[in-house]
Amino acid sequence: MIIGIGHYLAVGAILFTLGVLGIFINRKNIIVILMSVELILLAVNINFVAFSIFLGDMVGQIFAMFVLTVAAGEAAIGLAILVIYFRNRGTIAVDDVRQMRG
Amino acid sequence: MIQAIVFYLFASVVVASALMVILARNPVHSVLWLILAFFNAAGLFLVIGAEFIAMILVIVYVGAVAVLFLFVVMMLDVDFTAMRSGFTRYLPFGLLLGLVLAVELVTVGFFWQFGDLAVQARAAPAPGPTLSNTQAIGTILYTDYIFVFQMAGMILLTAMVGAIVLTLRHRPGVKRQSVAAQNARTPANAVSMKKPAVGVGVDTGAGVQRVPDEGGVR
Repeated sequence: MIIGIGHYLAVGAILFTLGVLGIFINRKNIIVILMSVELILLAVNINFVAFSIFLGDMVGQIFAMFVLTVAAGEAAIGLAILVIYFRNRGTIAVDDVRQMRG
Repeated sequence: MIQAIVFYLFASVVVASALMVILARNPVHSVLWLILAFFNAAGLFLVIGAEFIAMILVIVYVGAVAVLFLFVVMMLDVDFTAMRSGFTRYLPFGLLLGLVLAVELVTVGFFWQFGDLAVQARAAPAPGPTLSNTQAIGTILYTDYIFVFQMAGMILLTAMVGAIVLTLRHRPGVKRQSVAAQNARTPANAVSMKKPAVGVGVDTGAGVQRVPDEGGVR
């Protein structure tokens, strides 16, 4: 049995769907929302690498590295915002964030 | 055959641990499941021969991002059980949307194939067995994509500066060492030569404080 690109695309699709589902069912817990975003970016990486390998083009792996870069920066900034929000409010419930509204 | 077995092992574990990430009650457990998912995704990359991305995935995601999540989860003192209250309310809509998304993506994945021009349109064809995966990435990353590489560095620098600026705070009442003030002291303003008379001493107002006069020997 040969593992083709379809298998990898299926894994990426399932991971992407689980990430979106995690954002929906954990509406109040922003830490798990950030983890779901990491899952989505991991699914994107799986697609990039699968296409890169099965098409024989190295650029997909290059861009998978840049997706990784953006994911690391996004996690750092998101967690920093979360920390200062917790420091100001004493909670991280994100469904009542409306203090920036005029 | 062995490749298929290893693929299905890694794929099933990565899907199961991703499911546990979004279902776990404790966010610390979510982070640990996330680490397992990243390790198995690295295994998936190793199966098809993308070793460098697999190792980078372990180093960056497991070594940096997941540990950062773990630190923040353990640092914030939050009642996480109260945050599960909207779970059942959003579950039907989330499942519906996830089902639609999964069906669409799997459909695209199955009925899709490379176009005729795809092979000729490759920007950097893989060099084959003459170069290893890491060497092949290095030969084009530092030549054709050097500006994109530097932009990635700028993004990381911006993220680092932003995270530091956001979380930095100056607490009042904390004694700190001021290196600039120390370095600004010169012998001209720090040392003075005095020739006191016998038994009088030097009254500078600074330095060694004299004890109050108790009628003792002066």
